[in-house]
Amino acid sequence: MAELHKLTITELSEKLSAGECTSVDIVTDILSSIDARDGAVGAYLTVDRDDALDQAKMADEARTAGKASPMLGIPVAIKDLLNVKGQPCTCSSKVLEGYTAPYDATVIAKLREAGAVLLGRVNMDEFAMGSSTENAALGKTSNPWNLDHVPGGSSGGSAACVAADEAIASLGSDTGGSIRQPAAFCGSVGMKPTYGRVSRYGLTAFASSLDQIGPITKTVKDSAILLETLCGLDPMDSSSIDVEVPALGEQLTDDTSLEGMKLGLPKEYFVEGMDPEVEKAVRDAVEHCKSLGAEIVDVSLPNAKYAIAVYYIIATAEASANLARFDGIRYGMRLDGKDPAELYAKTRSAGFGQEVKRRIILGTYVLSSGYYDAYYLKAQKVRTLIRSDFTEAFKTCDAILSPVTPTAAYKKGEKTDDPLKMYLDDILTTPVNLAGNCALSVPCGFTSAGMPIGLQIIGDDFQEETILKVGHAYEQTTEWHKERPSL
Amino acid sequence: MKYEATIGLETHVMQKTNSKMFCSCKYEYGAEPNTHVCPTCLGYPGALPVMNEMAIELCCKAGMLLGCEINPYSKWDRKNYFYPDMAKNYQITQADEPLCIGGQVEVEVEGEMKTFTLERIHQEENAAKNTHVAGASLVDYNRAGTALMEIVSNPCMSSAEDALAYMAYVKQIMQYGGISNCDQEKGQMRSDVNISVRPIGQKELGEKVEIKNMNSFAFIKDAIEYEIDRQTTLLESGGSVVQETRGYDPDRGETFTQRTKENAHDYRYFPEPDLMPVQVPEEQLKQWRSELPELPAQRQVRYVEQLGLPEYDAGVLTADMATSDWFEQAMQHTKNAKAVSNFIMGEMMRLLSEQNVEISESKLTPENLAEIIELIDAKIISTGAGKQVFEMIFNEGGEPKIIVEEKGMAQVSDDSALEGWADEAIASNPQPVEEYKAGNPASINFLMGQVMKASRGKANPGAVMQMLKQKLDA
Repeated sequence: MAELHKLTITELSEKLSAGECTSVDIVTDILSSIDARDGAVGAYLTVDRDDALDQAKMADEARTAGKASPMLGIPVAIKDLLNVKGQPCTCSSKVLEGYTAPYDATVIAKLREAGAVLLGRVNMDEFAMGSSTENAALGKTSNPWNLDHVPGGSSGGSAACVAADEAIASLGSDTGGSIRQPAAFCGSVGMKPTYGRVSRYGLTAFASSLDQIGPITKTVKDSAILLETLCGLDPMDSSSIDVEVPALGEQLTDDTSLEGMKLGLPKEYFVEGMDPEVEKAVRDAVEHCKSLGAEIVDVSLPNAKYAIAVYYIIATAEASANLARFDGIRYGMRLDGKDPAELYAKTRSAGFGQEVKRRIILGTYVLSSGYYDAYYLKAQKVRTLIRSDFTEAFKTCDAILSPVTPTAAYKKGEKTDDPLKMYLDDILTTPVNLAGNCALSVPCGFTSAGMPIGLQIIGDDFQEETILKVGHAYEQTTEWHKERPSL
Repeated sequence: MKYEATIGLETHVMQKTNSKMFCSCKYEYGAEPNTHVCPTCLGYPGALPVMNEMAIELCCKAGMLLGCEINPYSKWDRKNYFYPDMAKNYQITQADEPLCIGGQVEVEVEGEMKTFTLERIHQEENAAKNTHVAGASLVDYNRAGTALMEIVSNPCMSSAEDALAYMAYVKQIMQYGGISNCDQEKGQMRSDVNISVRPIGQKELGEKVEIKNMNSFAFIKDAIEYEIDRQTTLLESGGSVVQETRGYDPDRGETFTQRTKENAHDYRYFPEPDLMPVQVPEEQLKQWRSELPELPAQRQVRYVEQLGLPEYDAGVLTADMATSDWFEQAMQHTKNAKAVSNFIMGEMMRLLSEQNVEISESKLTPENLAEIIELIDAKIISTGAGKQVFEMIFNEGGEPKIIVEEKGMAQVSDDSALEGWADEAIASNPQPVEEYKAGNPASINFLMGQVMKASRGKANPGAVMQMLKQKLDA
């Protein structure tokens, strides 16, 4: 019964159906894997040990009673910005210490409905603001491939726990690359769904017009299965969109041909300063897709170069309002003052970390009277141009291939003193959030130092089916995803 | 130099929706604090707003009734400010694309018809209620997030009378339209007043002062008069008015500085990313337009033209929607509009004001009144008796016919009984009889009174008169 923690959703689901193991077996095995490894990796903020075993028992009973679902009995880790009823939801921030979620996020309710087991909550950059999980106030997370390296961020815990076999899959959130970049850094598969595909209800908002919840998994097929569980119109989220949810998991078969598929290569995405090893791995992956029958075409995304600037205006503007509710009045940390203003100032000064404060101040500035037109309004206009770039590009191709990040995971502390350098990590991922379409990060190699490299497969609006197909074909004909870190 | 005031009003009206503006919590005035709350109206992490469609309907209907255009595209914005009455520390409102644009109303001010124009009506969410106690402030979030419309007038009024007449009109329309009860004591209608004063003849408006958040018409009147006086005195003495926000202290009858321009908030409005823009389909607007109720002015015309009521009666009856509705219900059961009107304007209004109750609380139903009028018209009871029955039922409830029977109030028209009383009156009062015969017709009234007295009010006055004349003229 050993090594269940190393398996995928697809494999475990088969075993469970065949009666070869129970959900309790899987969760027990995962818990010992967490015990063995998480001291070093630090992915988890809280593990709900007893609760997870109870859920596993219920899943086993449901299976005996005839229930069947691909997620039934599968343990999943949750990024700590999703509300799980009765549990903390800290966003790795001191300001939310002591807060207990009074309700389930829609994705959590959907996971429960599917019979998945919620293992606990994993670490992240505070309020999802960061690209290395070093901006976390309540935990330190390492890259399982090299513990001196960052796991990426902001969903660093979500990627690290899957890479370290401390969860079968996890949920992350992606505002500017926060699923795809850590998945690339940790050698996992990360999906940023189309904006509106997955309900944001219960996701503590960073930037409402950019945030999207998505899965981090060991394989593309797992990504499809988990995403299918999360999708769908939610009356509680006015930005969720009523589109049919295709059978994402089922469509991925042994057929790995990409015949008839046009894949675009954007010249602007092989940026200056890109690690040559990353570029080579990605170009090799492009060649590999060609060998599977895909036609490679050149596409242009000329406004992508403005994405970082636009992103850091729009995201911070929205964040400055979204984070205003953390004021010490109703929940979480409170430092009293002689009047409300002093209470706010003390609580927020002590409760928020440096990066969060920096972004709140930036966002407040760009919305200020006299600056709004020059920053926020201008950024919204450029955002429209960035979206048009993609619309144009998808007239000539079915999906776009690019690197996820300019470099592989770097050493801890390397960029913490230079926020601008850290922001540039997001240069290849933010355009997709701004445009609203979907993208997948799939392992496509390793650097000579042994750090994973990610291939980004970008799809048009609601074309998750297409990018999963490309990712699956690539993955099934390569071996990268089978590599595990030695911990 | 002579000065004139310019006044504009921002009137907040709480709509009669089943649930709050962006969540499914109910609102109930006076409920136990913080019992009608949820993650959304408490501003919990991750909670999202969902637009209340009924509020949109009511806001559009309010706009239609006040002559606004309905904006084919309106959107939501966040208004940022930190205060414990706003759970998210931003208010969801409409900044540059409100639901209703423009508008104008015809209002009678001291006998003169005036036109006041509106700038806009926008939809937003209400704030929580703060209570300050010794050493602490308490927040009740029951009211937080309830549906609130802001009706913004242009600076088109020039006196407290104008402002009051305008507000009374808006209140009447909101009640008629079923949009709000506008119960000011419950905070369902509150106004901010913008006032400036300038020398007559000057084109530009003077510096504006805003007096915030008043719910009583009396306070608004006093505040405006105080403020016009204060600003005029300032200007007359060579001083200048400072643009600021002031509050009104009803105990002292004065306004006082709350926030100066230097300390004005920068609300940092930006489009609300959690909500989609509002685009009401033309068909839907048509439907809503067809559902609009008849307005007081239209009712007045109908009362005069179709029911033959005097204009005065029509005005009194339609001033308040509940009264007008009550009148209409009574008219379902009788054709005698003037009698119904007389009873409402007379007995009903007297009793309501004496007992300080609402017409809806009257034990007397419109059907009861119709029946009383039927009894009077059929000469079964006298008008006086009808009034007595009215008051009895108003206080205790009951059926007119049963009461008339039980109390023996039916009039006597029977000739033999009347004849006895008439003969008796003529026999025992020779002097008035003489006077009448000498050519003083008024003297018959005394005899009439004697007959009524003898019958203890039950004699049919018409029949008595006829009988007396018959006997005296013979």
